[in-house]
Amino acid sequence: MSGAWQRDGYEAVIGLEIHVQLDTASKMFCACPNRYGDEPNTNVCMVCLAHPGALPVANAEAVRQSARVGLALGCRIPDTSEFSRKQYFYPDSPKAYQISQYDQPLCAEGSFHVPGEGAFTVGITRAHLEEDAAKMIHAGGDAGRIQGSAGSVVDFNRAGTPLLEIVTEPDLRSPEQARRFLTLLRATVVAIGASDCDMEKGSLRADANVSIRPIGSEGYGTKTELKNMNSFRFLERGIEAELERQLGLVLAGEEVRQETLHFDPATGGLTSLRSKEEAHDYRYFPEPDLLPVTQDPDALAALAGQLPELPVARFARLTGTGLPESTALLLATEPELAAYFDDLAARVGDPKVAANWVMGELQAHLNATGIAADASPVTPERLAGLVALVVEGAINQTSAKEVFQALVEDPTATAAGVVEARGLAQMGDADELGAIVDGVLAAHPDEVAAFKGGREQVIGFLVGQCMKASGGRADAKALQALLRERLSA
Amino acid sequence: MAIDVIGLTAERAAALLRGRECTAEELAQAYLDRIAAVDGEIHSYLHVDPERTLAAARAQDAGSGEGLAGVPIAYKDLLSTRGVPTTAGSRILEGFVPIEDADVVRWGDEAGLVSLGKTNLDEFAMGSSTEHSAYGPTRNPWDTARVPGGSSGGSAAVVAAGCAPWALGTDTGGSIRQPAAFCGLVGLMPTYGSVSRFGVVAFACSLEQVGPMTLTVRDAALLQQVIARDSGRDATCTGPREPIAVPEPSRLDGVTFGVPRAELEAGVEEGVRARFDESLAIAESLGARLVDVELPYARHGLAAYYVIAPAEASANLSRFDGVRYGLRVDAPDVRAMYEATRDAGFGAEAKRRIMIGTYALSAGYHDAYYVQAQRVRTLIRRDFDAAFAGVDAILLPTAPTVAFPIGARLDDPLAMYANDIFTLPVNLAGIPALSVPNGLSEGLPTGLQIIGPAHAENLLLRLGAAFEAEHAFDPVPPALRSAS
Amino acid sequence: MSDVELTPDEVRHVAALARLGLADAEVERLGRELTSILGHVNTIAQLPIADVPPTKHANPHGDALRPDEARPGAARAEALANAPDPTAEGFRVPPIGA
Repeated sequence: MSGAWQRDGYEAVIGLEIHVQLDTASKMFCACPNRYGDEPNTNVCMVCLAHPGALPVANAEAVRQSARVGLALGCRIPDTSEFSRKQYFYPDSPKAYQISQYDQPLCAEGSFHVPGEGAFTVGITRAHLEEDAAKMIHAGGDAGRIQGSAGSVVDFNRAGTPLLEIVTEPDLRSPEQARRFLTLLRATVVAIGASDCDMEKGSLRADANVSIRPIGSEGYGTKTELKNMNSFRFLERGIEAELERQLGLVLAGEEVRQETLHFDPATGGLTSLRSKEEAHDYRYFPEPDLLPVTQDPDALAALAGQLPELPVARFARLTGTGLPESTALLLATEPELAAYFDDLAARVGDPKVAANWVMGELQAHLNATGIAADASPVTPERLAGLVALVVEGAINQTSAKEVFQALVEDPTATAAGVVEARGLAQMGDADELGAIVDGVLAAHPDEVAAFKGGREQVIGFLVGQCMKASGGRADAKALQALLRERLSA
Repeated sequence: MAIDVIGLTAERAAALLRGRECTAEELAQAYLDRIAAVDGEIHSYLHVDPERTLAAARAQDAGSGEGLAGVPIAYKDLLSTRGVPTTAGSRILEGFVPIEDADVVRWGDEAGLVSLGKTNLDEFAMGSSTEHSAYGPTRNPWDTARVPGGSSGGSAAVVAAGCAPWALGTDTGGSIRQPAAFCGLVGLMPTYGSVSRFGVVAFACSLEQVGPMTLTVRDAALLQQVIARDSGRDATCTGPREPIAVPEPSRLDGVTFGVPRAELEAGVEEGVRARFDESLAIAESLGARLVDVELPYARHGLAAYYVIAPAEASANLSRFDGVRYGLRVDAPDVRAMYEATRDAGFGAEAKRRIMIGTYALSAGYHDAYYVQAQRVRTLIRRDFDAAFAGVDAILLPTAPTVAFPIGARLDDPLAMYANDIFTLPVNLAGIPALSVPNGLSEGLPTGLQIIGPAHAENLLLRLGAAFEAEHAFDPVPPALRSAS
Repeated sequence: MSDVELTPDEVRHVAALARLGLADAEVERLGRELTSILGHVNTIAQLPIADVPPTKHANPHGDALRPDEARPGAARAEALANAPDPTAEGFRVPPIGA
């Protein structure tokens, strides 16, 4: 299979467990605001602090968004799902159990296709709703109850945030596939509007289950778990490093131990967090304080029908308009860029032209400034104005670059306004051009003679001189044509 | 003016207030005086704050004064009261002060009820005698060498001793009804899901409800009217199906009672059985018909209950870990802190139940115990549903014995659990039941339990009122007849 | 009634799951008590009722979901008021340990 990791007769078997924080107004089981970045312990109540007597009530919007994501992943949505208690003691778990879903998840089996070169399909095992844990800030040994101890301080703002956990089948066969899958998954969830999927903020988290096995084998090797890699690049590199490590063990005749690992991107090293041998007994049982969630088939059908254009569909549509696959894939999987592109393409009426501008000037600008497409001062509307001027020949490419910079620097400027203010209108008038051409030819008799003598390449020099004389505003192609006309006369 | 609070019903107290025969402050003071006089021995209250109570009473006097405004009440210390310590009878919550009221407390406030304080209970409602309170037992006002029942023993004793006109308790396997029976009171276990559990410290979520403990059936109806509501903060609650009605005296013509005679063979004390049989005769004399019913799976109720309740409790009590509130025993690391805190904070019965529950849910035992117990639960409900197809209500003694001596059952957990054989099937089925005083046996109160189908509270109250009128039981213990 | 005999190791395992730090005397006593209670409870394990659906909720009713409306939480000082070891911002706990 193309794109697969295969070494020394072994292949990679990779599955992902992805946690998506849903972008609801309130938390999963209480009405506290669901917000990131607020002062610690300011979005808490007796429910998410797990005071005695607290009771959970499930957030209808979290259920709705989860169903939408499940539908986009091709999942079957069962008529009923129920919440379960998953029990474990940790300071970030205020009830000492997490309300999750065990044997009746909201979304059952599905499948997700990643298109483009080396296309592949990943099975989705399930997707279920649960609540996020609190955040622990590891403190130095300051004046706590025990002097000199380095404990932690717990912030419960995040406790109770709605999480959708998506589990894939172990169908991924390379670190690259894992990255491509996660990229497209992210774009899909963002397109749906269920989450902003920001790996740095933690609203998208991915753990990988990694193992290797002889190529062609049906069984599975021992798998390890790589936890909380917080960027796509680290995910790919971490999985790569772990595959190498397992291969090294196996080739040396040693066994792979089941364990949980952390990848340090700075060193490229893997450290064991805890052995999975002390497997938790989560003592799951159905949550008695919450009733089962039922789905109305008509409501589900409506949700499915109202889903926006998903990245996979967008990819098909864009390749259908003639864009190359790599461009189409990028535009399909970068949600902010895709939205920008759609807007621009509609305004300029030509997807290829729009793609060139988005992939060219805009991308360069976004990379240089580090902002997202939807945060750029060069809005699709303003850029469309610039593109129109270029397309109609009012300015040339060089001037266009200058105008683009002006739009970046002055959010109130329009393309037409800049062109006029700086006199950047392309010189296309035949008389004006003719005058410049005549002037340059008169000033360079040697080059004229050289051209007439057969050295046609000097025309480049002459075009350059004409451009200089025009202050960079002449249409290079028109200059060429005029020069040739005069020189062959 | 000297108000005689002994035997004073809430309904009568409201009449006194509305008739301006006394103020809420005078009434509250009268109860506080009574508490000071007798509760040193009875030990029914864990927390009394006279200043706070009198301030609340004065506020009621300054208000418009309608309905129940100014009537005092006592709350089982399992109900969260904002700004007032709530211990659940446990050391692990010593000093804990809730930041919100339980819904039922909030509704009590809205009705103008004045809190006299928090009453004693078995730790986390786990028990049938109030002997498992970390703060010492409560004594039965009918015989202070005996238990008042449990887990709402404190709430029962306050009412029986005249230290509050009425009280709220909670019932998970009989914890309102059995202490009501032991103390000569009316106790109502409402239909599961008719009263919001928000703010009630959880023992077993799928089994428990808050309910009234009162001197009369009418008082039980009046208090149930205050609390039978849904707030939206309890997903298992819808409120009552119909408004609660205060019953008028009536006969029982056209009523059919089911009597599970086979279940009675499980072992009922002679005097309790005699009083029960007399009530059956009373029922017939009032025009009711008696029919044998069978509840074949009810005898498995004890076993099913002692899997499900501890299982849920073991999870509900895990939050007591010393991190955010309550007791913390310092230790070098988190795990050691958990273990030391929970070992020091929980009493013997709580630890037993946590262990049983954890075991029942642990890998390998989950299906054999927990799921199997839930199947038994289904069968018990089906037994009741089948019986109610042919009868209006089912009659049983509330408890198989009268109040036993303090200390008599502490060494034998199973003997303690047997107190609830007639009450806990009701919780497993999620249906309502009313216990009314059923005469004395050897000087101690017995209770008659009237069990109905889901949402049949009004029927139960009407039936209970009929028995009450015939019995004309004096709920004041003879020893306490004289005011302090 | 089948025999359910809890060994001290099993008792310690269950206690560890429940984070109860039991002294040796407690382990022994609880072992006896639990064996006795579970022996009684075990009667239901034998009942031939595998095809009966378990009751998870006594009186389930329709839609028990809540609209997605945020309300301000408790003031931080209130949230920390009961904390055994608060900082100005949060709940301090000892190190996680091994």
